[in-house]
Amino acid sequence: MSTTQSPPAPGPAATSSLEPAGPRRRRRGARSSDRGASRAFRWLATGAGALILILLVAVAVFLVIKAWPAISMPSDELVEKVGLLRNSSSLLDYVGPLIFGTVLAATLALIFAVPVAIGIALFTSHYAPRRLASTLGYVIDLLAAVPSVVYGLWGALVLSPIVQPVWAWLNENVGWFPLFAGKVSPTARVLLTVAIVLAVMILPIITAVSREVFLQTPRLHEEAALALGATRWEMIRMAVLPFGRSGVISAAMLGLGRALGETMAVLMILSPGFLYSFHILEAGQQQSIAANIAAQFPEADPLGVSTLIATGLALFAITLVVNVAARAIVARRKDFSGAN
Amino acid sequence: MKLSLPSRVGAVALAGVLALSLTACGSDDPVGDSPSASGTTGGNGGGSLSGEINGVGSSAQEKAMDAWRAGFQSANPDVTVNYDPQGSSAGRTQFIEGGADWAGSDSALKPEELTQAKETCKSDAIDIPVYVSPIAVVFNLDGVTSLNLSAETIAKIFSGKITKWDDEAIKADNPDATLPSSDITPVHRQDGSGTTKNFTDYLNKAGNGAWADEAGDDWPLQGGESGTGTSGLIQAVQGGQGTIGYADESAAGSLGKVSIKVGDAFVGPTAEAAAVAVDASPRDDTRGTNDVVVKVDRTTTAAGAYPLILVSYAVACSTYPDAAKADLVKGLISFIVSPEGQAASQAAAGSAPLPDALAADAKTAADAIKGA
Repeated sequence: MSTTQSPPAPGPAATSSLEPAGPRRRRRGARSSDRGASRAFRWLATGAGALILILLVAVAVFLVIKAWPAISMPSDELVEKVGLLRNSSSLLDYVGPLIFGTVLAATLALIFAVPVAIGIALFTSHYAPRRLASTLGYVIDLLAAVPSVVYGLWGALVLSPIVQPVWAWLNENVGWFPLFAGKVSPTARVLLTVAIVLAVMILPIITAVSREVFLQTPRLHEEAALALGATRWEMIRMAVLPFGRSGVISAAMLGLGRALGETMAVLMILSPGFLYSFHILEAGQQQSIAANIAAQFPEADPLGVSTLIATGLALFAITLVVNVAARAIVARRKDFSGAN
Repeated sequence: MKLSLPSRVGAVALAGVLALSLTACGSDDPVGDSPSASGTTGGNGGGSLSGEINGVGSSAQEKAMDAWRAGFQSANPDVTVNYDPQGSSAGRTQFIEGGADWAGSDSALKPEELTQAKETCKSDAIDIPVYVSPIAVVFNLDGVTSLNLSAETIAKIFSGKITKWDDEAIKADNPDATLPSSDITPVHRQDGSGTTKNFTDYLNKAGNGAWADEAGDDWPLQGGESGTGTSGLIQAVQGGQGTIGYADESAAGSLGKVSIKVGDAFVGPTAEAAAVAVDASPRDDTRGTNDVVVKVDRTTTAAGAYPLILVSYAVACSTYPDAAKADLVKGLISFIVSPEGQAASQAAAGSAPLPDALAADAKTAADAIKGA
């Protein structure tokens, strides 16, 4: 940044790059205060950047400290003392199915959301008339503003009764497929319903990022493809999608991060269980970490809280891995990514 | 004062971040400021108390507590009563750690908790029964509004041994009902809950061995449908067909309610029947003076008793280091166990009023709370 080199007698370029909107109105005192203001701003910005790191470390430290009593205690003793573990033989045994359920729900949500998100993004970036595209983009962003508890209510009260017959049909006719096997739930409070709601919830972020990436496809690539006689779909396949691939992947990873940590919607919709089960139409099979913490926290004793925080630590680790993976993928194509 | 835009934004962001980081470690925050009872007497409404007390605990008591707070505060306009329904366990923990002046709890303090609380209180901690509520076994089955079931049958339904509504065991107790041959879907609470504890205790003790697991806050079996909180469970039962669950009677709404077998008769979940069951239950005589704990007799055969009940307590110190605080807690609990307080909670939450003998003991215990 050019802030560091602002000279004592300020050059017009340096000031205007900092405060393009009339520097004179902002400043009241002598010219020398310019230096103070820009320095203060630099420290504020640096501070904000550092704060993120501090917060992340603080969260990690908090999790480890609070989880330590449960982590350090021998398994037998822990199982004996914590009611939550009554069906598990150790802390790992308790966290395992939770991690499985969390990842399964988030993965399913991703599988549903990504194709739709790419479709919306392509439509708004390459097909829709400009005015419609901006309206649509606005509506999509609005989806992101809906609180998750509202999605949870919608999923539990509206969506579940609607999809129940569909799930029953799937179970009856496609039951040979492992995911649809098992005893179908009469209330549809199952993982597949959760995955659909999660998919709707992560749709906005994936769409928004994908749209920005697609819009940055070099005009020349697109026009070259069209000049070669490609149809619009062929142009998208040859120019837009390859260009945007890693951007879409990092968008999907952002969505995955949100789906992994989503609490309220899972809590309100799912009938949880603690099994390594792929039966997504059967009640009481899987549970996500975040929802489990929310459900069990109020009645947990101190050691139970510690156990729950240990599961939170696992979620923290998974989310970190997902984000690092996303960064790694983005880093491979630095040229367009806004994240760098 | 003139702040430039960036620093104002920075300040707002910083405040937001601070708020977030504080929320993150909210588990061990005390409920608020330490009690600031000023001890000044008099006032403009006739009440002689003033100050602020904080309670944490049972969410089952929440509705009743709203009524009690309203009643107590209108009699003592200078008093502020705060109650945070975080859950029984959280309430007992915070009481023991000194973060709450009193706790609401669906079960009495355990012996080790009594020992821990003694350190905080510098005196014996006591449990005072304040709230008795029948737990209804609710179901959603087209064309059927009431059923008669024994504890053994209920235990078998919830453990998956009885799976059809027209099972012989159900038919035998309901000769007049037209029962479909559809599946029974039991629904339990997924979060830890005093309701679950009392329900499983009932199944365990009255179920003739059909329920092996001991009472606990968490549902002991794997799998099955479940809901979060009383409202989540009710919603799950309503959302399905052929579902059955258990919840505080006041939350049952339009769902069918099971009458449970007591002796040779079947009794429905009513406040009166719950009161009869409390009357028929002995006190826990291992407890100290003024520590009033009811050992609910789940197998009672008293006529008209409904033993599937939840007895909820106020947990307090017998002596508070701060005399002003002692007066406030004493005043509040005395009000709660008074006929007036019990009538208020019956109207607000459908609870059963404490039977006379228990109410008398509870009043004696509450009146004995004093400052050091």
